[in-house]
Amino acid sequence: MSAVALTRRRPAARSGALALGISTLWLSVIVLLPLAAVVVRSLDGGVGDFWDAVSSRQAVDALRFTVLVSLATAAIDAVTGTLLAWVLVRDRFPGKRIVNALIDLPFALPTIVAGLTLLALYGPTSPLGIDIAFTQGAVLLALLFVTQPFVVRSVQPVLIEVDREMEEAAISLGASNRTVFLRIILPNLLPAILSGAGLAFARAVGEFGSVVLISGNVPFDTQVSSVYIFKLIESDAPISAAAVSVVLLLVSVLVLAGIRLLGRWGARHDR
Amino acid sequence: MTVSRPWQLTLRILALGWLLALLLAPVALIFYRTFEPGIGAVWDSITTPAAISAFWLTIEVSAIAVVVNTVLGVVMALALARGRWRGRWVLDAIIDLPFAISPVVVGLSLILVYGTTGWFGRDLADLGIRVIFSVPGIVLATVFVTLPFVVREVTPVLREVGDEQEQAAATLGASGWQTFWRITLPSIRWGIAYGVVLTTARAIGEFGAVSVVSGKVSGETETLTLLVEKRFANFDLAGAYAASALLAAIALLTLLIMTTFNRRREEA
Repeated sequence: MSAVALTRRRPAARSGALALGISTLWLSVIVLLPLAAVVVRSLDGGVGDFWDAVSSRQAVDALRFTVLVSLATAAIDAVTGTLLAWVLVRDRFPGKRIVNALIDLPFALPTIVAGLTLLALYGPTSPLGIDIAFTQGAVLLALLFVTQPFVVRSVQPVLIEVDREMEEAAISLGASNRTVFLRIILPNLLPAILSGAGLAFARAVGEFGSVVLISGNVPFDTQVSSVYIFKLIESDAPISAAAVSVVLLLVSVLVLAGIRLLGRWGARHDR
Repeated sequence: MTVSRPWQLTLRILALGWLLALLLAPVALIFYRTFEPGIGAVWDSITTPAAISAFWLTIEVSAIAVVVNTVLGVVMALALARGRWRGRWVLDAIIDLPFAISPVVVGLSLILVYGTTGWFGRDLADLGIRVIFSVPGIVLATVFVTLPFVVREVTPVLREVGDEQEQAAATLGASGWQTFWRITLPSIRWGIAYGVVLTTARAIGEFGAVSVVSGKVSGETETLTLLVEKRFANFDLAGAYAASALLAAIALLTLLIMTTFNRRREEA
């Protein structure tokens, strides 16, 4: 490393340090301070109160349902998302560009509107005569709606890059389509499917807007954790709400860490 | 691998059928139900004083969130892409947090800091500043949930273009500002534009976090999404549909802009 290189890097390093300083300060004020308040103040009433809040039957039931329905959402997303990505990459049909654009609709549509639209089609006033409002199935449907793009958008670019020559070689050696899909394509897509499903799961665990109308918020049945926390805030029990939030935060952070590790594993897999 | 024709059709029908049942049919039905009573009724319903004030509050809050998160998003992206220190991954991980946290928890966290019983609640009240159940709280909540979009769009672009041109400009005597305005900014403009669209869409549509901190005073702290919920709760279904249709139209417009920008970005 020559002296010239060092002096040349200096101005960039200085503005880099400034950018880092501003970023750290901004994230601390906007994100970390409020989150720290949730964690610290969840213990305002002592460890006993914290434990009572998170181990109440309603809290446990809501959390169990939230995790299970989010797992189901992620699993169904993994299948339908891969299917949609496949059709968008390998199939050709008129209007494909429009379909491709519409995949992102759930990201653009406000969640409360998503819930209302589902309630219009699959609720008491359904023109199809299908009424699943205020059931666990309705919660699953709402979560599927809002998380639908994750797997498609993570699998699509990988599927475009999959080496077609590898597939052709396998076919010419006598492999069936089934074998090619299971032995070549699926292993290539797996990291992308898992990370997409992980993002969908993380989103589903915290989802509120789309679920609040269609779930009916029946305790011990269709009540998810986010709606339970909302009810606690409304009934002026913010400390209990904070305790339940800490558990929910923990689930989200673990999933996020898992996705990061997966990303690293996927990157290593590529090389 | 070439799929046989019947298989190809089966997969296509399954995929498009799923999309139709889950996304398109419900959204189409909302538009149909909205305009069933006639366009005059819809217009009346979205031009009531409460609706107009909700519309402008939504625009005001979104505009603030977009400006703040764009400026600081670019700064954070620069810190992530150009910095060379070890703890970068911590910053990177914190930026993702708003994506993984329930909007309700975001709202609660703001109450615990700025509410009347919050950490700064009493001090702020002494100064006569009201954050919770007021517009500043709505802004803080919206800024929180939309924080990652611009950073996440700009960082990969910065990494891809590299810093060779910036270094060349610096060697030729350009100041830091000149380099940023003439070299860095033009190369990331489509990334910023895309991030701004995503931020806008999310800011306009945010419901959970805003719902917790707003207090929902009609004409004062009620945004469009809150108006939808209130009308629904008050059994004004036609009114809720009309406000929803307005929001859905904004979402479709967003989608159109996203597609256009995506094409430009790929061409760039």
